[in-house]
Amino acid sequence: MRVLLFAALRDAAGPSVDVNLPAGATVRDLRAELARVLPAALLARSAIAVNHEYAEDARAVREGDEVAVIPPVSGG
Amino acid sequence: MVRLTRDAIDFAALTNEARHPHCGAVALFLGTVRDLTGEHVTVFLDYDAYAPMAEKKLAEIEATVRARWPVREVLMVHRLGRLAVGDVSVAVVVSCPHRAEAFDALRFAVDALKELVPIWKKENGPDGTGEWVHQSAKPGAT
Repeated sequence: MRVLLFAALRDAAGPSVDVNLPAGATVRDLRAELARVLPAALLARSAIAVNHEYAEDARAVREGDEVAVIPPVSGG
Repeated sequence: MVRLTRDAIDFAALTNEARHPHCGAVALFLGTVRDLTGEHVTVFLDYDAYAPMAEKKLAEIEATVRARWPVREVLMVHRLGRLAVGDVSVAVVVSCPHRAEAFDALRFAVDALKELVPIWKKENGPDGTGEWVHQSAKPGAT
């Protein structure tokens, strides 16, 4: 599954990273995989978005979902 | 109406667009690029967004404002790309029959934008270094 990255995470690891998740995986599982390739402190302070919506850790992620890591925002 | 743009924001035109005979109050907020954050000097900013989600979140904020206050227009425009000190990065305009609700609706819209919309700024200093600003709380964690 391709996961989109932005801002400091994009500078650290590129515009996206690919992670392998088993069927039935959740956002919590995704975070554990991402922690292997992304700066852990910033990942911990980031939200996960699934299909353009902020997602709880228990939410399922499926092949075909659009998934992104959303670090603390600073628009305005 | 919500929009992301790489062009300069014509906030005068935007403000005019919100005027209406039923509205005695038009409130405008401009976010502009500041040169000093504490002792940290900024020469220019780069703004980036997760555009499809940012547009969705902006539209949701507009819908919430419309549900809570008697607004006629809610206009939210955020600029992306490279901005110089003094440039307008965001403009939010609301029009209402009376000023109290216009101020309240405007404040809510700006606060929600800064809390929820996936847009980021990178502060670039005079020494050629830049740093993305990730100081707020985890987004959407309400």
